Amino acid sequence: MGQLALTGLLCTPALGAVLLAAIPRYRLAAALNVTLCALTLGCAAALYRHRPEPSLYLLVDDLNTVFLLVGALVGFSTSVFSAGYIAHELQTRRLKARDLRFYHAMYQLLMFAMNLALVSNNIGLMWVAIELATLTTVMMVGIYRTNAALEAAWKYFILGSVGIALALFGTILVYLAAQEHLGQGMLAMAWDRLAASSASFDPSLLNLAFVFLLLGYGTKVGLVPVHAWLPDAHAEGPTPISAVLSGLLLNVALFALLRFKLIIAGNPHVLAPGPMMVTMGLTSLLFAGFMLYRRRDIKRLFAYSSIEHMGIITLAFGLGGPLASFAGLLHMTMHSLTKSAIFFGVGYISQLEGTQRTADIRGLTHSQPLLGWLLVLGVVAIAGMPPFGVFTSEFLLVTSTFARSPWLAIVLVTGLLIAFSALVLRLQGLAFGDTDKRHLLPAWRLAPMTLHLALVAAAGVYLPGPIVAWFRHVASQLG
Amino acid sequence: MSPLDSDIAHLLAGSMVLLSFLLLYQDRMFALLNVFAFHAFALAGSVAWQAYLQRAPHLFITALIALLFKGVIIPVALRRIVVRLGIHRSIETVVSIGPTMLFGIALVGLSIVVMLPVTQAEGPFVREDLAFALSVVLLGFLMMVTRRNAVSQVIGFMSLENGLVLAASGARGMPLVVEISVGFSVLIAFMVISIFLFRIRERFDTVDLQALDMSRGEAL
Repeated sequence: MGQLALTGLLCTPALGAVLLAAIPRYRLAAALNVTLCALTLGCAAALYRHRPEPSLYLLVDDLNTVFLLVGALVGFSTSVFSAGYIAHELQTRRLKARDLRFYHAMYQLLMFAMNLALVSNNIGLMWVAIELATLTTVMMVGIYRTNAALEAAWKYFILGSVGIALALFGTILVYLAAQEHLGQGMLAMAWDRLAASSASFDPSLLNLAFVFLLLGYGTKVGLVPVHAWLPDAHAEGPTPISAVLSGLLLNVALFALLRFKLIIAGNPHVLAPGPMMVTMGLTSLLFAGFMLYRRRDIKRLFAYSSIEHMGIITLAFGLGGPLASFAGLLHMTMHSLTKSAIFFGVGYISQLEGTQRTADIRGLTHSQPLLGWLLVLGVVAIAGMPPFGVFTSEFLLVTSTFARSPWLAIVLVTGLLIAFSALVLRLQGLAFGDTDKRHLLPAWRLAPMTLHLALVAAAGVYLPGPIVAWFRHVASQLG
Repeated sequence: MSPLDSDIAHLLAGSMVLLSFLLLYQDRMFALLNVFAFHAFALAGSVAWQAYLQRAPHLFITALIALLFKGVIIPVALRRIVVRLGIHRSIETVVSIGPTMLFGIALVGLSIVVMLPVTQAEGPFVREDLAFALSVVLLGFLMMVTRRNAVSQVIGFMSLENGLVLAASGARGMPLVVEISVGFSVLIAFMVISIFLFRIRERFDTVDLQALDMSRGEAL
């Protein structure tokens, strides 16, 4: 059963990509895209109950099922959103039918690459999968072929390639450290063996390796100072891709970093990886918080908010300990759901208003009340207001930081407040004020956004016992 | 391993570092492409020698990829692109040659200082190989930072990647080296194709502040 679900998780998107590349009709392709994502979500859910035996290449454990389920859910609702979004892009002729064929195939290929990266037990295979995920998103970011889109795609391409090159060097160093004890060959690249026996590895090699891995995979997480590709890629690509980038790809890169952190942390003689992650996380939070003030493009605004939140999550995992790791996991889940919901809304807003300039968008609660109020709820949620789940996780993180290092907590709270006020400031202009415009939007198109926000609100009010137990267990593993 | 064996390995890996320096100061596009082809040949020789020393026949595939794909196909393709786009005259550098070379020397020093103590436990041979590889990687970075032209950036990336393949082949018995080098070749092929299709001449940065604001979404 577990084996079947794992095969399904990888084969559904892989075969789907081939199939979608062959289908010229976009309606059929969009429907098929949704179906395939639903199947993948089903497989991920089955993996939660039934775990297959770990092999040298693939592994399903408590940690990656969290990421798999969040990823498959966001992937599914984004495919629903994308069906409505691309129909509009086709009408306004920003995309042609041929582009869409390519787009759908790439979407499934991206799902495949991310699932593979998450379930791989081999650090080399994980690297290859993340490289594939980068390539597919580069192609989709540049799909509009405008100068700005090509520039964004090229920047992302170059920075992403440099990032994964650094990550590969780190991976080679980890292998070198391991092969002394585990022998040459595949065994010395299997993550579970590495994590189990890292105590006897050469600590100085591991130290050096982690610096490369942190910078390399950190580029893909969007941590400051290697974040430069992220706002461009979010702003110039199609909005479903912005949602997938923020909700999924950043998480996958963070997951790779966590896997390596677990290897490194198993060795008592190594420099603790935590403080490095805390520093990068805190820098990202503060930097992005200040950058939020001067954004004049709505998608860039929320892209910087993603940098801010990835900073918070990295900080939480870097801090470590059961409570902070729990907060990190919860925040990762909540951020994925909330941020993708916001991008669903932003996608419709930029289509209806015909612009991404925040200065030109006003009074959304009047022109399209449902969309406007959902956006208000989304921004309130991402800014960390109760009763949403983001508040819960930020509260947990702040309290656990205060208990352990009050000075750090003061900086953290300052960063959160800076970002909060920037978002509220922008929201006022976007959502309120007078406008004569009236927009029509079928209510079903807002279903994915409503679903995500409802989940986030529900998590803020009440977290079911099994989920708490599951996250707590993962947090104790993360240490 | 006899002294001669490791001397040959050092010669090949060391010549890659030297060729990386040559890449740094080329100011003509065609010369840059030629030097890069030699860089790839040196990599192919180095990997083939490792394959022979480690009795690892699969590494010969990696060497062959380096020889044919990076040594022949890519330089020929880039040469045609350079002619088509009309950018063969000179290369715009952000920093002038002198400081770049000095910085490059500092980087090589850095990688030796970093790598040698860290890899005490490994044999002397792996240590030096890794130090060479890290130097090539860092010099590749330096080249990407100091060049503006998209074609020479790609060459910088490829020389960086040659350093990674050198490191991977030097790590005894590392699996997936062939797969990884194929993966990189796909990446590079995409880069070259996109330069050609979208006629990317320059990296899109400039010192013109207005253009910078534009690309940050602030001039809107």
